[in-house]
Amino acid sequence: MRYLPKSDSERKEMLAACGIETAEELYAHLPAEARLNRPLDLAPGISEYEIIDFFKARAAETADGYASFLGAGVYRHYRPVLIDTIVSRGEFLTSYTPYQAEIAQGTLTAIFEFQTMICQLTGMDVANASMYDGSTAVPEAAMMALRVTGRNRVLVSRVVHPEYRQVLTTYAKHQGMPVAEFGYDAETGQIDLKDLERKLDDDTAAVIIQSPNFFGVIENVQAAADLAHRRGALLIFVFAEAVSLGILEPPRDADIVAGELQSFAISPSFGGPYAGIIASKEKFLRQLPGRLVGETLDSNGNRAFCLTLSTREQHIRREKATSNICTNQALIALMATVFMTVYGKAGLRELATQNLSKAHYLSSKVKPRFTGPFFNEFVTTAKSAPEEINQTLLARKIIGGLPLGTHYPELADSLLLCATEMTRRADMDTLAEALK
Amino acid sequence: MIRKVRQHISQNEALLFEETSPGKAGYQLPELDVPSVDPQAALGAPNVRVEIEGFPEVSEVEAIRHFTRLSTWNYAIDLGLYPLGSCTMKYNPRVNEFVARLDGLAWAHPYQPESLSQGALEIIAELESALLEITGMDAITLQPAAGAHGEFTGILLVRAYLESQGNPRKKILVPDSAHGTNPATASMAGYSVQNIKSNAKGMMDVSSLARLLDEDTNNEIAALMVTNPSTLGIFEEDIAKVAEILHAKGAMLYMDGANMNALVGLTRPGDFGVDVMHLNLHKTFSTPHGGGGPGGGPVAVKKHLEPFLPIPRLKRVNEAWTFDYKFPQSIGRVRAFYGNFGVLVRALAYILAHGGNGLKNATIDALMNANYIRRKLEPYYDLPYDSPSMHEVVFSDDRQSKQGVRTGDLAKRLIDYGFHPYTVSFPTIVHGAIMIEPTETESKRELDLFIDAMISIAKEIEKDPKFVLQAPYLTRTSRVDEVTAARRPIVRWRPQRTSSQAAD
Ligand SMILES: Cc1ncc(COP(=O)(O)O)c(C=O)c1O
Repeated sequence: MRYLPKSDSERKEMLAACGIETAEELYAHLPAEARLNRPLDLAPGISEYEIIDFFKARAAETADGYASFLGAGVYRHYRPVLIDTIVSRGEFLTSYTPYQAEIAQGTLTAIFEFQTMICQLTGMDVANASMYDGSTAVPEAAMMALRVTGRNRVLVSRVVHPEYRQVLTTYAKHQGMPVAEFGYDAETGQIDLKDLERKLDDDTAAVIIQSPNFFGVIENVQAAADLAHRRGALLIFVFAEAVSLGILEPPRDADIVAGELQSFAISPSFGGPYAGIIASKEKFLRQLPGRLVGETLDSNGNRAFCLTLSTREQHIRREKATSNICTNQALIALMATVFMTVYGKAGLRELATQNLSKAHYLSSKVKPRFTGPFFNEFVTTAKSAPEEINQTLLARKIIGGLPLGTHYPELADSLLLCATEMTRRADMDTLAEALK
Repeated sequence: MIRKVRQHISQNEALLFEETSPGKAGYQLPELDVPSVDPQAALGAPNVRVEIEGFPEVSEVEAIRHFTRLSTWNYAIDLGLYPLGSCTMKYNPRVNEFVARLDGLAWAHPYQPESLSQGALEIIAELESALLEITGMDAITLQPAAGAHGEFTGILLVRAYLESQGNPRKKILVPDSAHGTNPATASMAGYSVQNIKSNAKGMMDVSSLARLLDEDTNNEIAALMVTNPSTLGIFEEDIAKVAEILHAKGAMLYMDGANMNALVGLTRPGDFGVDVMHLNLHKTFSTPHGGGGPGGGPVAVKKHLEPFLPIPRLKRVNEAWTFDYKFPQSIGRVRAFYGNFGVLVRALAYILAHGGNGLKNATIDALMNANYIRRKLEPYYDLPYDSPSMHEVVFSDDRQSKQGVRTGDLAKRLIDYGFHPYTVSFPTIVHGAIMIEPTETESKRELDLFIDAMISIAKEIEKDPKFVLQAPYLTRTSRVDEVTAARRPIVRWRPQRTSSQAAD
């Protein structure tokens, strides 16, 4: 086998060195009742060539070659070639979590840069090395708010990504963390501030909003923060479309930011792997979950980096840790780091402006349902059933928008449409025609 | 003192923020094919940011040099043996990277129509069935993103099942050799943790476990979380009996499958009484660790726990794959979408490459490599438990610490010999643990060099322990001051303020 670097004679020699004759003796101590006395019922191993053939055939059974107006938490953005060039380097790809700082300065330095860029992007003071994704970052941020405030309950906007809310519910159920939802304004598509105000109470640890929200609409962060703070609750700001931060005012009024970086040159890849983040105000540093990289010196006085504040983490604190997270999404965070570097200050702004322009071109032909300002996504009401419209579009190799009825029964006649810098004008024209 | 490596420009790469100068760019966007929109007009002026303060501005050339230079400061499997115990640092086949990047897979949107996702769903289905055959379990979810996330999912399943039986119970038992994620998980799932002691063989003590359960008259014990083989690399010989004791009281057996690389093809958790377990695809199934993720933490269960698995679940209807959301007893979602799909692709590619017998042969080589190291190092290092080793071996630094050199120091010296250290100070039940897991993808030559290095260090310690305490000597970065890092945390770069600025 090509992945096993030993000849049979070397194996014999090694077994002899172990004082045994046959390989079976290596596991002869396994209790008889636990032994598998037959071969695994899996096909024999195949060559590299056959593996590629198998996956090419699977890849051909997907939507390759279709134009798409799907967003809803997963965005089609151009991936600069440099991203895969860097993350394919064995030194990044095939190393472990950087426990041994002296021979992991590459990963550690890159994470330190990542943490810094996430702070610059979000307007927060500190950021961790990554979470699994945006959806799991949300409950982790909520649990953090519970620790900070000593309160129990969280309030989440109904226009936070529905799957993020589902994950929050799963996490909350067994933590004694009641989760209540507050609504959105049927005209603007923004959170209903009155509903929020009504539902806030003195046991509310955090208010969770997303912007742009699931309808693509930009929220009034400051108003939400004011309401939350007035009742002593924290504001957790969630983002799912990171490119929007290239142009949007960062959520300076939030206390904790939980987000998804998929937009930063991370392949849609049928839902993952992506990278989540949690960032916050400095004073909550010790309540952050997950890995953190800090700056220090080596014994020769040179700048060096290492994992730090690990007394928050499971390997030290065990059942008292801030989270059980161990492996995170380091390589994917590196993709985002390279992306942020390549685009940089001007590029991210220009990219965001292109997204804005494409979506607004589309909205000049397809009327948005809500009046609130939007970035690269908006909801539209269809004249016939959204599912039927999508079906006719498929014949023209176009995947339409996301029908909203499943998660918002009151919007069963509506679609969520997304346009990014990769969306072509001709396809938008075709879509607009079909939606007429 | 050897300092020469420090002088090269590639060893002195600054941070991006220090290399930045305004006006440089590493990108070019195509001309817009639609009218450009003024952000202030579209969004309202208060919603538009002025700039991303401090964000990098570098060219493409500088970007690639920056990250390439950084990369050379890392150790990696591609450079050599990486014997981190419990982490299963095996070779990451490159064909797996290639297939995960095929356009039809890499650009698949999770919400695209199922009729246009059959290839992706087929991959998920194939991996599910292979993992069920390997573990001997009845049903599986591939949604969890890593081992700890799998643990959390698994313990929620236990909780939901017990709740459906009328009582979620209060406690999770965790052996003293367990990984930190186990107790952390139990507490996230709303349970308290009770530690149980290992016996002189490094195994769970069955009679004291039996006593614990006997005394548990209020049925407070929900489950036992056990790693098998344990973090000592020792197979729990009485595991079937342990399962029986738990089951007799309606408690569940959870298996942390981090060490599954010792078992594939030889024995199956489903056949020795495990109710629920997770796998680490980024260990046993060779998906790259990437400096700390991404991973994959599938959770496999026996029939009685199946109704509680996260939604959605894959189902075959009319010759096509579809996601089924209708499981009223499900714990819900643990992650958006369907898990780390790209990691699943790689794991399946690995399984296809090996095939059934190949996987078993890989396991055997992993056991052989660990036992070979054990034999060769036994004369030099103390072995706290002499039970047979599976895929890893745990020594202690007892002999070396008498000279004032502890496992962490020894590890730093190993770096000078060109190897990544073993796992240091874990499991905590071994005083000064030296936890070595070579994996199957190491040649005899590589193992012999490592063994020579370990022996040579043992001898250095005999002769001149002080010398070892200052290691490493041959790296770009000498010993890193982690204490100061934690005492005065600096977790982001900030621009240097000149003294006149600081004054105002
Ligand atoms: C025994 C054991 N359990 C659990 C884990 C946690 O797995 P992960 O890092 O994938 O979350 C690890 C890995 O570090 C481990 O070694």
